[in-house]
Amino acid sequence: MTTLAITGAAGLAAAVETAHPARKPAEDYLLTVEGLTVSFDGFKVIDDLSLAVEPRELRAVIGPNGAGKTTLLDLISGRTRATSGTILFKGRDITRLREHEIVRAGIGRKFQTPSIYETLTVFENLEMSYPRGRSVFGSLGFRRTPEVIAKVEEAATAIYLADHLRRGAESLSHGQKQWLEIGMLLIQEPELLMLDEPVAGMTSAERRRTAELLTGLSEDRALIVIEHDMEFVKNIAHRVTVLHQGKWLAEGSMDFVQADPKVIEVYLGH
Amino acid sequence: MSQAINGAGGVDGATNGAANARRQLMAIGVLAFLVFLVFPALLDPFRLGMVGKYLTYAFVALGLVLCWGHGGILSLGQGVFFGLGGYCMAMFLKLEASDPISTAIQSTPGIPDFMDWNQLTQLPLFWRPFRSLAFSLLAVPAVPCLLALIIGVAMFKRRVGGVYFAIITQAIAAILSILIIGRQGWTGGVNGITDLKTLHGWDLRTDHARRILYFVNALLLFGAIALGRWVLGTKLGRLLVAMRDKEERVRFSGYDVANVKVFVFVLAAALSAVGGAMFTLQVGFMSPSFVGIVPSIEMVVFAAVGGRESLVGAVYGTLLVNWSKTYFSEKFPQLWLVLMGALFIGVVKVFPRGLAGLYESHGRAWLAAVRERLGRLLSGEGRRITPGPPAPASVERPEP
Repeated sequence: MTTLAITGAAGLAAAVETAHPARKPAEDYLLTVEGLTVSFDGFKVIDDLSLAVEPRELRAVIGPNGAGKTTLLDLISGRTRATSGTILFKGRDITRLREHEIVRAGIGRKFQTPSIYETLTVFENLEMSYPRGRSVFGSLGFRRTPEVIAKVEEAATAIYLADHLRRGAESLSHGQKQWLEIGMLLIQEPELLMLDEPVAGMTSAERRRTAELLTGLSEDRALIVIEHDMEFVKNIAHRVTVLHQGKWLAEGSMDFVQADPKVIEVYLGH
Repeated sequence: MSQAINGAGGVDGATNGAANARRQLMAIGVLAFLVFLVFPALLDPFRLGMVGKYLTYAFVALGLVLCWGHGGILSLGQGVFFGLGGYCMAMFLKLEASDPISTAIQSTPGIPDFMDWNQLTQLPLFWRPFRSLAFSLLAVPAVPCLLALIIGVAMFKRRVGGVYFAIITQAIAAILSILIIGRQGWTGGVNGITDLKTLHGWDLRTDHARRILYFVNALLLFGAIALGRWVLGTKLGRLLVAMRDKEERVRFSGYDVANVKVFVFVLAAALSAVGGAMFTLQVGFMSPSFVGIVPSIEMVVFAAVGGRESLVGAVYGTLLVNWSKTYFSEKFPQLWLVLMGALFIGVVKVFPRGLAGLYESHGRAWLAAVRERLGRLLSGEGRRITPGPPAPASVERPEP
């Protein structure tokens, strides 16, 4: 599994060293962001940003505080509206879609602090994200079929919580809550998963298991991960995009961007 | 144990569903016993009529349990829907009471008396369909639901929520009551629609009719409780709680949060409207004093006192608050408003989960303790009474 991920990463890295803007035709990419700009009261938080993510790619986005990383996820997931620019997902323009429509199109998003339903059990948390019965009347008629239970158990196994299904979510440890939220995304079967600082506040053992989890996940879906932990990024990322003050600064393998003098100057040199 | 507390709010599935469901059914059973047997057996027609009236407010409280207690949407304008339901019913009854023969002394016979006093010479267009009972019965839930749908879509699709939503609903309550008072010729103004007599020829004013209406109302109320329980037991019920606690997460799980909110708001409006119509039938009039801000806030107090997450609690809360309102306003008329305010502050500060919450945290343990002490007392008594070898036997009973 890991060897596969590494060759994959190396192959991608070789292909892209300075892949800005996208050199391949747009159809080869799962997600294409072009000329994305958002300004709040004239201040450009994201400034003419372009990037492209391939299917089954694990992309890390790094950058100093205020670089616009979380805003980028907000834009892709529809939480913030872009001032200009376009976001294409599987060739479809999702720039103006609403949050739930983007989720239904196949993009899952995890928040920085664990965002789970504390008053529900682990099982119910996962079940709530099961992609059926999402309309008002659909949810009134929703039944807990064996298929649903099997899906929930499958997701729980993936996130190391199979033995905790009956527990109230509020009693989970911080790391387990982070995993639970990842599990809630998995059950939606997204083709693109976006994670905002998934290992923040985790112990080193939990970080290791999360790295394994994410590497495994990238075998059949694409991921965008925002993270401050450079060691963690180095372990998992196929490719790294560096943002600085809302602008694209560099992109490539971790070694490549770490060697880039611009990156060293604004970020790693500090 | 902590899971039991988690589940206490709703009809939760996986963990403690069965025990919880049994407990809730018991609570409903006790309430049904009170409403169907104890009250009708013990109360005179006047007091039973008052309970019947209180129970019509309980519909509003039930709606608030769903939309505020579970969904987190605080509406301070439920009186609007109660009133509209009541007015739809009252319009039919008023037209029936205003036949040309009994209104022969008016300058325009055949129209409601207040229209005649206001120099109207023919029935306004929007009154005409209310000559039909079928239409009126349909309009009772339909008109309030339509208004709730419009308000809900306009607010929730724009993500107006929380305090802002509460203030807007309050404004709507104020607007509607001012409108009703202002258009005297159409609505009977501040007096409302009074002198209602018969429903399809059946005299509503007799004790016998009132008694039947009391039971019809009670049946509808338990139907509403059953409906609420069913909704809360589905995924939509869990969705409501999830939305209340983590709206953003629900949205990012692919749900259109606004639609769920609109649904529960409309459902609460429909329940309130049924209560309003039953009020009109039992009490014999409808007036703007049930539409405005004060009654709307009082209805929130009923739900809050009962425990805003508990359907059964809402009914108890309504009964308790109204009973004490009647009692105190009979005995100490000046004190009542102060007590009402104190009650609301008390609920918010001391027992935020209301009567139902108090029962969960103290009542059940207390009941168990009483039962145990009673049991011990009875068995102790029994031992003393039993003849045969008395004292020595108990003294020389060594532990094995």
